[in-house]
Amino acid sequence: MEEELQSEYGPKWSDQRVERMLGALVLAMVALLLALIVTVFINGWPSFAHNGLSWFGPGGSPDDQLSEVAQSAEGGAGYVYTFHAWPLIWSTFLICVGSVLLGLVTALFISVFLIEFAPTWMSNILRPVVRFLASVPSVIYGLLGVLVLVPFIGNHLISEPQKASVAGIISLTGYSLMAAVIILTIMIAPLMVSIFTDALSSVKAGWLEGSLALGVNRWRTIWKIGVRAARPAIVAGTVLALARAIGESVMLAMISGSTAFAPNPADGLIFIYEPSRPLAPTIVKSIDQLSSPPAKATLFAIAAFLLFSAAMFSLAGWATRRSMAKYGAA
Amino acid sequence: MEGSTSGRHSTVAEQAELEVGVPGGAVPPDAGNRPPTKAVEGSSTWSLLDRLGLAFCWFLGLLFCAIAVSIVVFLLIQGIQYLKVSQLTTPAAAGFTEGESGGFSDAFIGTLILGAMGITLALPIGVAIAVWLVEYGRPRALARVTELTIEAIAGIPSIVLALFGTVIFTSTALSFLSRSNEGVVFGRSFFAASSMLALEALPLIVASTREGLNAIPRHVREASYAVGKTKAATTRRILLPTARPQIATGGMLGLGRIIGDTAIILVLLGATQNFSPVEGAPFPLNYLRGAGTSLTNFVYEASPTGNLNQPQKAYAAAFVLLLLVLGLNAATDLVHRRAKRVGTWSH
Repeated sequence: MEEELQSEYGPKWSDQRVERMLGALVLAMVALLLALIVTVFINGWPSFAHNGLSWFGPGGSPDDQLSEVAQSAEGGAGYVYTFHAWPLIWSTFLICVGSVLLGLVTALFISVFLIEFAPTWMSNILRPVVRFLASVPSVIYGLLGVLVLVPFIGNHLISEPQKASVAGIISLTGYSLMAAVIILTIMIAPLMVSIFTDALSSVKAGWLEGSLALGVNRWRTIWKIGVRAARPAIVAGTVLALARAIGESVMLAMISGSTAFAPNPADGLIFIYEPSRPLAPTIVKSIDQLSSPPAKATLFAIAAFLLFSAAMFSLAGWATRRSMAKYGAA
Repeated sequence: MEGSTSGRHSTVAEQAELEVGVPGGAVPPDAGNRPPTKAVEGSSTWSLLDRLGLAFCWFLGLLFCAIAVSIVVFLLIQGIQYLKVSQLTTPAAAGFTEGESGGFSDAFIGTLILGAMGITLALPIGVAIAVWLVEYGRPRALARVTELTIEAIAGIPSIVLALFGTVIFTSTALSFLSRSNEGVVFGRSFFAASSMLALEALPLIVASTREGLNAIPRHVREASYAVGKTKAATTRRILLPTARPQIATGGMLGLGRIIGDTAIILVLLGATQNFSPVEGAPFPLNYLRGAGTSLTNFVYEASPTGNLNQPQKAYAAAFVLLLLVLGLNAATDLVHRRAKRVGTWSH
């Protein structure tokens, strides 16, 4: 006891000292984040500098360009940086937007169901299920995708004429936009459900009761009053899910098809069966080329692009949430 | 208190919070005892469209359950079929068939090491940051910046963290944390991977701990100050023990994230399917400084798109991984249920 008193009142744990120690730790964390951002951008800068805005544009196959970039380190004729990332960006866009839209609808209906309509036994099952789906490692989703969903799509959904119609350009094996979107939806919908249910359950009961008292049925009440009041949280949750989807790398590296091909919606519905590869999996797949300086710059440029977009989405979500907290609705 | 539901990663904590009643006044006090509308109105009087909507709700709910059940059952069947105890005790070996190439004991042990190292690093730092945010938080601007930082770290794609790790850990100053050869630092080690994984787990721990601390009413602190305790002593003796369930929840969520991550491990640890201890270092350090593998890495490499292509063993390893995750989920639930029964301040 004597010793405890000593340690609690003694100079070692004095308030000011503790505050300073914790403050230093917090500052170190902030500094680490800044260091990360600066490091990623500085390392990626040569690639941006050499390509300018055409880095984001189309032109050639990023796969060929990336291997040329990597080999230029050995040639001695100077580094090559030419890289046009459009097919990768387009694939990222298609997969993320597709799965977030699908996830938004799914998550909205499930949250409304959980909050208002599900009988107790059902919500007692559904809540742990949602939690479980959120916690399954992405590599397991990837494995199930590769061994179950991809062969199913390849063998049963894509018809032979469809395969033949694009045979000269790309081979349809089941590694496709569709597989990626389905699995990514299952991965991000639980995240949205947890944010949406939070928001829906904190809508003021009086508002809902007022609507019910006017004779509006429960279904319309929850959609017209509940969902509408929770709209900011729904926007925030969607945007956060989008940020998560952009950063997903391993699962997509396994099932998106791993060719830098840009599926074209103008070709008709067949485009959902076409393979592609988003930005994040590109880094995973080319990680062995990190020892070549120009390839390293290219990979860091991709990382900088990912970091920038994910951070922007996260911040947008955070700001929406924060601004609505004032009104007690989020 | 507006930040009590901060990080988007606090999924489980927030889910469970729903049952407990969200602390800190983020929710109007009457939200919990909404009248039992369910007994009042059935769907029989609704228009067709509304009823179709409700049916769609049921369909999606049941679909989610079906997906979860089929994931578990499918991996269970594959696991029972292909998992042998010997795989957990024999390391991977070179071989042409699945029978010859050994098991994945190194991957299994690697996952355990990474989990232990990552969480020992992340837990104290995360709790300290949360304590500073809730109990000190001056100057306000720094608190705001810190909140943003944590939020931003949560939003960084793990592959970007991994690339950042390659820059840090291949610097010569940190060569003592990995293998180095003629001045070139290899940069892949358990130290490198677990420190970046800790960064990944940090926001979950901070968010959960903050919720716990925010839920403790003001008068508890005041009572402690009134009997002459310092702020530091109050935090250590009163606040942290009270918030223990939430800290534990955050820790377990973080652990789940660490165990399930693949990208960081692929970049900062993998390269082999075996331990490759560094020569000339004392016992635990030589393994921790060397490259290694984890279950996620093994599953990735053993899947048909990886380098090994041994789907049977991938299933077996994925099954073990799923069991770990399920165990963690169950433990998190248990902590929450116990905290509810014992009765924390969050009531």
